[in-house]
Amino acid sequence: MAVFIVRRLFSLVITLLGGFALLFILFFALPGDPATKIASNNGSKNASPQVVANVEKRLGLDKPIYEQFWNRLTDTVTLSGESYTTREPVSDMVKQRLPASLRLAIFAMLIEASIGIGSGVLSARRRGSIADTITTFAAVIAGAIPVFVLGYLITLVTGVYAFEHHWPEWARFPAISNNYDPSQWYLFIIPNGTQFELLIQPAIVLASVSTAIVARLTRTTMLEAQTADHVRTARAKGLSDKVVSRKHVLRNALIPVVTFIGIDFGTIIGFAILTETVFQWPGLGSKVATAAGQSDLPVVLALSMVVMLIYGLANLAVDISYAKLDPRIRLAGAK
Amino acid sequence: MTDDFDAARSGDPVHETPEVLHAGTIMIPALGLDASLQEVGPSRSLFQDAWRRFRRNKLAMFGLFLVILLILVAIFGPLFVQSPTKYSKTVFREPPTRQHPFGVDHRGADVLSRVVYGIRLSIFIGFMATAIETFIGVVVGAIAGWYGRWIDSVAMRFVDIMLGIPYIILAYAFITVLGRGVTAVVFTLALTAWLQTARTVRAGFIQVKEFEYVEAARALGVSNFRIMARHILPNVFQPVVVLMAVGVGSAILSEAALSFLGVGIQPPEPSLGLMVNDARSFLSSAPYLLLFPGLAIVLTVLGFLLVGDGLRDALDVKDN
Repeated sequence: MAVFIVRRLFSLVITLLGGFALLFILFFALPGDPATKIASNNGSKNASPQVVANVEKRLGLDKPIYEQFWNRLTDTVTLSGESYTTREPVSDMVKQRLPASLRLAIFAMLIEASIGIGSGVLSARRRGSIADTITTFAAVIAGAIPVFVLGYLITLVTGVYAFEHHWPEWARFPAISNNYDPSQWYLFIIPNGTQFELLIQPAIVLASVSTAIVARLTRTTMLEAQTADHVRTARAKGLSDKVVSRKHVLRNALIPVVTFIGIDFGTIIGFAILTETVFQWPGLGSKVATAAGQSDLPVVLALSMVVMLIYGLANLAVDISYAKLDPRIRLAGAK
Repeated sequence: MTDDFDAARSGDPVHETPEVLHAGTIMIPALGLDASLQEVGPSRSLFQDAWRRFRRNKLAMFGLFLVILLILVAIFGPLFVQSPTKYSKTVFREPPTRQHPFGVDHRGADVLSRVVYGIRLSIFIGFMATAIETFIGVVVGAIAGWYGRWIDSVAMRFVDIMLGIPYIILAYAFITVLGRGVTAVVFTLALTAWLQTARTVRAGFIQVKEFEYVEAARALGVSNFRIMARHILPNVFQPVVVLMAVGVGSAILSEAALSFLGVGIQPPEPSLGLMVNDARSFLSSAPYLLLFPGLAIVLTVLGFLLVGDGLRDALDVKDN
């Protein structure tokens, strides 16, 4: 097991380095010169060559590419870079925004797991029923609706319509609010009332696509597992329906589902860019988007690497738990 | 079975006893099989077979209906609506009327015509991006799978790295380099979406290249390129067809997302994602500005995804 983990960690480092290099090259190859852009952002429209040169010097943009690459790499690894535009240290940004991202992603994952697995099991056990049809159809729609359309539709109902038509208090949500307050979360993850109101809509929107996939996946694997030989044996033995479906079907059917949910945790954090933009949630994603728009290389690289690291660690955790759930699986390198 | 046959043919003395009748009895089930085949009807090609299964799938047929309908709208729609960049000087943000069934937006343009042109652009981008993406994916996957060794390791490591970067950040990086507008969006989508195709094609190649008929082709001196293109590719193409159908849908989704974030299609070009972005400032006063383009995106994407799902079932492609 230890050998396996070390090998996977090594491979993760290679992937992160590769991703870093790719992003660096892409942003470095930008047609517009970042120094000119930053100089003209800070002051007049057409910055004088002297100002541009000063900015270049300050940011180290006048150095050869390999030196810049090395500087960016060390800055990113030690989280010691600062934003080109606001000079805000990257470490502060990560400290502020990573908890917000994690909170959103964890709640999205809870929704995904509970509603996804629940409706999947329901529609597999009552195949062909109305519940099954509704679940299947909802899953198909959720897969096709862009998160930003869904986000605004929900806002339209709970944030506009609900207020205009004087719906009860609990059905009304302030459309978009800047009241996110990190100090109002108990034990890191439990939101108080107003924080919950802020959180629940983006969490639902962020979870929508994944919930649909989980529901469909659970349904398929449940149906497959129900026809397995050992299930028939268990039935023939006279075990009750409940015991069979809980111990023999669900346990086997859930392995691919758990895998998916684990891997999806990383994807959710990455995809949160759209949801965070819609609901102005102060997470990593929305910051990466604005920083990329301003060619703010240190911020883009550092925050992307944080997201990639979470993604990679989630995958690793899944592979390990995989072996725990299914003893037949032997990890490569493990004895 | 064949052992018996060969033995009988080679005149093995053991089988010249009455047991040789076995050969005769073996023929009977074989004949029976022929008879049952005739009952089913004339032989069908793989795609005829798939079409039969596809037709029975109601959701898939609904998807196909949507796709055909929207392609018709994309081709012929512009004949019936005004120009998407014709701005009224007097009417702004008007709810749907008989003259403007989808309303008028904040710039005074007819929403219906912008939606029609938006669908046209979405479908065009979806098809173009998918064509390029499939080409890249097939070429990379085929080369990696066929040549193996270090080429394979390098290519697959590169694919892993790209898959390790969250999709939107990757797309953002590419579009920042490629600029703005339709061409940039098409190439960004293609350059970020070929990874799955490459993996699928590679897996197929690795499996199929060990088959005897490939060995036979090699022994006959057929060139590498011809074996790859004519002998292996047709056999690994089924999952690629599925990926293509789903790919058009996700390309349209991604285009809408990039345009929504402001880095994709630029105004005044009519893009559905851009329209949603415009609509967000008028959510309370003019919800129709959100509803119609939003619905258009959902229906377009839905159509292609359902067709993809239907193809997956009909071609019996295993999910990975």
